[in-house]
Amino acid sequence: MFEDGTIFNELFIERLNYIIYVILLLIGLHGMIAKNNLIKKLIGMSIFQTAIILFYVSVGVKEGATIPIYLPEHDPHGSHVTNLEENSSSEESHGPVALDADLVKGYANPLPHVLMLTAIVVGVATLGLALALCQKIYQGYGTIEEDELLTKIERQEMRSNPSVAIKSMDSSKMTTVKLEKSVSKPKVSSSPSTQRPNAKLKAEAKTDSSTTKVKTSRVKSVSSKTKPMASKSTTTGSRASKSTTTGSRKSSAKPNTAASQSRTKAKPKPKAKPKASAQKTTASKLKSRTPKK
Amino acid sequence: MSAPEAIIVEDIRPLIAFVAPLVGVFGIAWAGEKRKNLRETFTFLVAIIQASAVLSMIPILMSGKIIEFHIWQVFTHVPLLLRVDGFGLLFACVASVLWIATTLYAIGYMRGLHEHAQTRFYSFFAISLSATMGVAFSSNLLTIYFFYEMLSVSTFPLVTHMQDKEARTGGRTYLGYLLFTSLCLLLPALSWCYVWLDEGNVAMDFLADTGKVGAFGQSTQIILLCLFTFGFAKAGIMPLHSWLPGAMVAPTPVSALLHAVAVVKVGVFCVIRVYADIFGLEVLQNMDGEDWMIAIACATILISSLIALSQDNLKRRLAFSTIGQLGYVVLGATLATEQGVGGSVLHVAMHACGKITLFFCAGAIFVASGKKYVSELRGLGRKMPITMGAFMIGSLSVIGLPPLGGFISKWYLALGALDRDAVWVVVVLLLSSLLNVFYLLPVAVTAFFRTEEKENDTGFKEAPLGNME
Amino acid sequence: MMENAIAWILIFPLFGSVACAILRMGKRKICYPVAVLSMVGALWGGIETLMQVVASEEYTVSYIFGGWTLDSYPRGVGIEFHADILSILITLVVLGVGLIVALYSKLPVMEETPGKESIFYTLFLLQVTGLAGICLTGDAFNLYVLIEVAALTGYGLIAMGSKRAAAATFNYVILGTIGASLYLLGVGYIYIKTGTLNMVGIHDVIEANNLADSATMQVAFILVVVGILIKMAFFPFHAWLPNAYCNAPTVTSSLLAPLVTKVMIYVMIRMLLSVFGVDFSFELTLWTDFMPWLVVVAIVCAAVMALAQREIKRMLAYLIVAEVGYMVGGVWIYNYYGMIGSIFHVISDACMTLCLFLGAGLILRKAKTTHFDGLRGLFSKMPLTMTGFFIGGFSIIGLPPTCGFFSKWYLITGGMVSQRWEYLVVLMFSTMVMVVLFFRLIERIHLAVSESGENLGHGHGDLGLTEEQTRFDEGPLSMLIPLILAASVVLIVGIYNQDVVNLIKIFLAEFNLPKGVDY
Repeated sequence: MFEDGTIFNELFIERLNYIIYVILLLIGLHGMIAKNNLIKKLIGMSIFQTAIILFYVSVGVKEGATIPIYLPEHDPHGSHVTNLEENSSSEESHGPVALDADLVKGYANPLPHVLMLTAIVVGVATLGLALALCQKIYQGYGTIEEDELLTKIERQEMRSNPSVAIKSMDSSKMTTVKLEKSVSKPKVSSSPSTQRPNAKLKAEAKTDSSTTKVKTSRVKSVSSKTKPMASKSTTTGSRASKSTTTGSRKSSAKPNTAASQSRTKAKPKPKAKPKASAQKTTASKLKSRTPKK
Repeated sequence: MSAPEAIIVEDIRPLIAFVAPLVGVFGIAWAGEKRKNLRETFTFLVAIIQASAVLSMIPILMSGKIIEFHIWQVFTHVPLLLRVDGFGLLFACVASVLWIATTLYAIGYMRGLHEHAQTRFYSFFAISLSATMGVAFSSNLLTIYFFYEMLSVSTFPLVTHMQDKEARTGGRTYLGYLLFTSLCLLLPALSWCYVWLDEGNVAMDFLADTGKVGAFGQSTQIILLCLFTFGFAKAGIMPLHSWLPGAMVAPTPVSALLHAVAVVKVGVFCVIRVYADIFGLEVLQNMDGEDWMIAIACATILISSLIALSQDNLKRRLAFSTIGQLGYVVLGATLATEQGVGGSVLHVAMHACGKITLFFCAGAIFVASGKKYVSELRGLGRKMPITMGAFMIGSLSVIGLPPLGGFISKWYLALGALDRDAVWVVVVLLLSSLLNVFYLLPVAVTAFFRTEEKENDTGFKEAPLGNME
Repeated sequence: MMENAIAWILIFPLFGSVACAILRMGKRKICYPVAVLSMVGALWGGIETLMQVVASEEYTVSYIFGGWTLDSYPRGVGIEFHADILSILITLVVLGVGLIVALYSKLPVMEETPGKESIFYTLFLLQVTGLAGICLTGDAFNLYVLIEVAALTGYGLIAMGSKRAAAATFNYVILGTIGASLYLLGVGYIYIKTGTLNMVGIHDVIEANNLADSATMQVAFILVVVGILIKMAFFPFHAWLPNAYCNAPTVTSSLLAPLVTKVMIYVMIRMLLSVFGVDFSFELTLWTDFMPWLVVVAIVCAAVMALAQREIKRMLAYLIVAEVGYMVGGVWIYNYYGMIGSIFHVISDACMTLCLFLGAGLILRKAKTTHFDGLRGLFSKMPLTMTGFFIGGFSIIGLPPTCGFFSKWYLITGGMVSQRWEYLVVLMFSTMVMVVLFFRLIERIHLAVSESGENLGHGHGDLGLTEEQTRFDEGPLSMLIPLILAASVVLIVGIYNQDVVNLIKIFLAEFNLPKGVDY
C-alpha cells in the first residue's frame, strides 16, 4: 500500500503537510465564522494564521539540510575578512554576496522562515489588538457573546435614534392598550392608588428634564398606561356590577347557568389582584426612583 | 449648417457671451437681497454684455467666416470647443435678446409678487443663460452634452423656487426625466459614437464628422437615432414630455424664457444638430426606420394639441402648446430635407418670440389679477387691453397666420414634407394648425367678448409697466 | 536627497508618527503641526518621484533597500520599491488625501478623542505610511506586511470612535485577517512555483517558464484575488464596512473611506497586470466570464441598500461598496478603456468620497446629527459646506465637469467596447439611484422637506424654519478650507483629466489589452 507511486502515497504521504495545513485552515475558518463567543473567534483566527505559518515553514524544509548560516570555508578567522574585501572591491557593492549553486545545496531555504517571523509578529499584533477590542466590548456591553452583543447594540440604537424610539414607543402603547383590553375588570378600589403615582409621575416628568429622552419616554408610556386604566376601571367596574346584577336576575330565572355565572364572577378577582399588585410594584419602583433625583 | 470651406477665425467673443453671466453671478450674489437695485443692475449689465457680444458677431458671420474658441481639451481627440455658425448664432441672438426683455419683466414680476430668495433666482437664471449660450456655440457633441447637463442642474432651483409640495413634485419629475435621459440614453450614445467610429479618433465634430455614422449598420443607426432623439428629452418628444407641464410650477419669467425659449429650444437645437450635422441628411434619407421618427413627431404634435384643448390652467395649456410646437421643429429635422430643416430652424426663432409673448401675458394677468385659469379670464380684455392684445398677436403667430412669423416656418415645413413625398405630414400640419386655433384663440376671445360675471371683484388695472414686453 | 525622493515618501510619515508617539508626554498640541508637516514632506517626495518617473526612460523608478542587487535570476531577494506611473499616481492620491484630512483634523480630533491626540496622529501617520507603501512596494510579501500595517492602524483608528465602534472593528478585524491571510497563502504558492517574491521577477518567471497552465499558479491566483476582494469590501464581503465607517471618528472615516478600498483595487490591478500578466489573468481563467455578473449583483445590491439608508454616513458607506463594484467591473470587463476607467475612477472616487465625508463631518458638527431628519434647510445655514458636499455628490452621479463624469465615461466606453451590456445597464441603474439619493438630500437641505415628505411652512418660500435654523453659521475655517480644497480638487481633476489619462495610457501601453471592437 505504501509503495512509491500509488495514489494514496502521492496524496497523503508526500503532501501530508498540505493536508494538515488545509485541515487546520478550515478549522480556523470555522471558528472565526461560526463561533458565537468572540474569544473563540480569536482562537479560530490564531489557528487560521498558524496553519499558514505551518504551510510556509513546511515548504522551506529540505531533507538533510543544515541551518543556513554561511561560514566561508568554516574558517571564521582571517579568510572571511579578506574574502569580503575582495568582493566589495570587485563588484563595487557593499551588499550581500550571492553564493554558487553547489555551495547552497546543503542549506535549508531560510526565506520562508524569515517571512514567517514577520507573519508571526503581524499575527501577534492582530491578536493583541483584537483582545483589546474584546475587552472594550465587554466593558461597553457586558458580554462577549455575539448574539447577545447584537441584541444589546440594537436596543441601544433604538434608544439613541429618536425616530425609531418614537415608533417603538407607539408599538409599546399599542401593546399596553391591548393588554388593558384583555384584562377587562380591574378593581375599583385600585383606582385611587393608581392615580396617586400618576400625578407623581407627571411631576417627575416635568421636573427631571436632565434624564435622557429614553427615560422620559418610558415614563410617559407608563403614565399613558395608567391613565386610561384609571378611567376605564371606573367604567368597567360599574359595567361589571351591572352585569352581575343582570346575571343574578338571570340566575334566578335559569338556575342551570348559575355555575357559569359564578365562574364569570370568580374570574375578575384573581386577575385583578396581580394587576393591582403589579401597579403597586411599578408605583413603588417609581417612588424609589423619585427620591434619587 | 455652414459650408465646410468657410474661413475659421479665432475670437474670444463666444467665450465672453458664455462667461459673462457666470462672472455676473458673483456680482448678483454679492449685492444680495439688501441691495436690490444694484443686484438687478448687475443682471441687466450681464444680459446686455451677452447680447452685444452675440450681436456683434453677426457681421463676421455675414462675411462668411466662422468663429471658434478653444477652451480645453477634454479627451484625446475631443476638445471643448466653442464655434459660432449661422444656426447657433440665430439661436443665441434669440435667447440673449429675449433675456434682456425677460429681465425687465422678471423685475416687475418678482417685485410685484414680493417673491422670496430673489438673489438665488437671478443667480441661477444667469447660470442657465450661460449654459444656453454654451449649447448654442458648441462645436461638438461632447461640448453640447456638457452645457446641456449644466442647464439641467442649474434650472432645478428655478423650478423648485416656490419650495412647496407642488414645486417639489414638479422638480422631481423635471430632474428625473432630464437626468435619466441624458445619463442613461445620451451618454451611451455619445460613447458609442466616440469609440466605434475609427477607434475613438472621431471628435464628434459638427463640421468635420458629418455623416460618419453612415458607416454603421442600419439597425445600429436606428438605435443611435432613437438614443439621441429621446436622450435630448428637453425636446419634449412625446413619451418623455411630461416634465414640461410639471416645470410650470416655476415663476412665470422662468416658464417664459426657460420653458418656452432656452431649455426646450436647447432640446430641439440639439436634436437638429444631431440630425443635420452628425447623421447628415443623406444618411437620414437612406435610413430605413426614419419614417417612424416622423410618425412619432407627428403624433407628438397632434396628441399634445388635443391635451392642450382640455387644459384649463393657462400656463399648462401653453406648456402643452409648447410641446406641440417642439414637435414641429423635430418634425422638420426628421424630414431630413433642406427645406424641412430650414423650416425647423426658423420655427425655433419664430415660436420663441410668439410663445414668450404668451407667457409674459399669462404672467402679467397673474400679477395683476391673480388669475391662473382660462375660465376665469372673462371680460379681462376690457381691463387689460394691451396685455390681451399682445396675447392675441402671439396666439396668431403661433397658429401661423400669414403676415406673422409662424406662417413662414410652417410653410417651409410643408415644403419639406412635400419634398419627401409625405403628403400625410402636410395633412397633420394643417390639422394641428386647426387645433392651435381651437386651444389658443378661445383664451383671447373669452377675455374680450365674454362679459365678466362678477364685476365687483377688485379694481385691478394693467400690470406694472415692466411686465409689458 | 533628490534621488531618494521615493524613500522620503515613507520616511516623513513614519518618523512623524514616531515623533507623535514621543510627544505623548506633555505637548500634545504639537502633534497636529507635526502631522501636517510630515504629510507636506511626503507629498513633496511624491511629486518629486512623479517627476522622476515621467522623466525616466522606462517610466519606472526602482529603489532597493539595503543595497541588495536585483541582478541574479530570478530577480533579487531584497525589498524593492518600484514606482511606475500607476503606483505613483495612487501614492499621490493617498498623500493628497492624507494632507487634506490632516489639515481638517485639528478640531475634530481634539473634540472627539480628547487626550488621545498623540496616539491618534501616530496611528494616522502610520496608516498613511502603510497605504503609500502598499502602492510603492515591488515585493509581494512586503505588500502583505504593509497591508497589515495599514489594516492594524485602521482598526485602531476606527475603534477610537463611538461605543459601538469596538464591535464594528471586531468584525473588520476578523474579515480583514481572513482576506490578508488568503493573500499571504497565495503568495506562498507563488513563491513555491517561482522562487521569488519580487513582482517583476514573478512575472518574468511566469513568462519564461510558461507557468500559466500549472495548477499551483491557478490556486495562487484564486487565493490572491479572493483575498484582495475581501479586503476591498466587494459586495458579499462588505459587511464590515458600513458599521466601521459610521462609528469611526470623523477624521478616521474621512481618511479611510476614500483610501482603503481604492488602494486595494490598486493592488488588484497591480496583481492582475504586472504580476500575473494580462494573458494569465484574463485569457486563461474563466474569471472574465463571471466576474462582470458578480459585479452586477454587487452594484445592484449596494445601490438598493444605499437607498434604504436614512443616515448620511451609512448611505455613503454603501455608495463606496457600489463604487467598488464599478471599479472591479471596469477591470474585469477586460478592456483598455475599462482599465483606464477603473484606474481613473480610483483617483476620482478617492477625491469625491473625501469631499463627501469631509462635508458629512461638518454637518455632524453643526447639525449634531447626520440623520436625514436633521438636515432640513441646512443650506441657508451653511451654504459653503453644502456646496462642497454637493460637488462631491454631483461627481458621484457623474455630471460634468467633475472628475466622476470622466471616469464614468471611460467605464461606459469600456463596457461598450467589450460589449458587456449587463455592466452598462447596471452602471446606468446605479447612476439613477445616485441621482435619487443626492437629489433627495438636496430636497431636504434646499427645500427643507421633512421625513414625512411635507415641508412645514405655508408655501411661497416659507420653509417653516426658525430664525436659528436659517442663520448663517458655517463650520470653523480649519475644517471648511480642507472641504473647499477637496471640492476644488474634484473639479480640477475633472478639468485636467486629459493629463491624468495620458499618464495612465503610458502605463497601460505595455500591456496587451484589447482596444477596439472588430465591428
